[in-house]
Amino acid sequence: MRILSLATVIFLLSACSVTRVDPWDRQYLARPEMAWDPDGSSATYRAHVYFSKEASNGGASAGGGGCGCN
Amino acid sequence: MILRCVVLTLLWFAPLSYALQVGDPLPNFARPGLLHSDTLRTENLKGRVLYIDFWASWCGPCRVSLPAMDVLFREFQSQGFTVVAVNLDKNENEAQAFLKAHPVSYPLVKDDGSLPKRLGVVGMPTGFLVDHTGLVRAVHEGFRKGDERKLRTQIVRLLEEARQQKSRQ
Repeated sequence: MRILSLATVIFLLSACSVTRVDPWDRQYLARPEMAWDPDGSSATYRAHVYFSKEASNGGASAGGGGCGCN
Repeated sequence: MILRCVVLTLLWFAPLSYALQVGDPLPNFARPGLLHSDTLRTENLKGRVLYIDFWASWCGPCRVSLPAMDVLFREFQSQGFTVVAVNLDKNENEAQAFLKAHPVSYPLVKDDGSLPKRLGVVGMPTGFLVDHTGLVRAVHEGFRKGDERKLRTQIVRLLEEARQQKSRQ
């Protein structure tokens, strides 16, 4: 019984894997359309508008006075 | 029994690839040319100081490393230094477009990913500096502006070693 449960655990563990993407296979991941923020300037601008409007609520972080001046 | 199971599990998850390290001999390989159909064989480059560079057109630091290595190649080519750039692009046209923008004069070959796997490349770009006896003397991962100065010092030292050995024989 113990052997059977051990074998089951090992079998289940072998199903848990993370496929490693080799460095030379990252061609598609390196494309601009795969980036979270393809355009750095517009992302910074959007973030500034967001934390200025939502500053009284903490903005994108925990604190803030609502001036939107940083 | 439990120990046997643990050992078997560890063996199952053990990485099968082998990373080439400083002091290891560079295994011989032959790869087709990227721009020309000629096959390049490293056994034909024996006795030269080599820099085997793995690169791709989508790799940002390669835009710095390829032109920098071209400068070093032009400077030391006549003294017995060669760069072999192994391209790992899936789309060969992208590599050729990159080379139009960043032309280089050293040999270029292409590979399907089997060679970097065999040598244990962990990042892009990675360069293996090999001395005249065929031993890996340095592994250069990544590339930043200014790295060429460090490489230049290493290349000069290896070329000097090769010269000294030749004069002793």
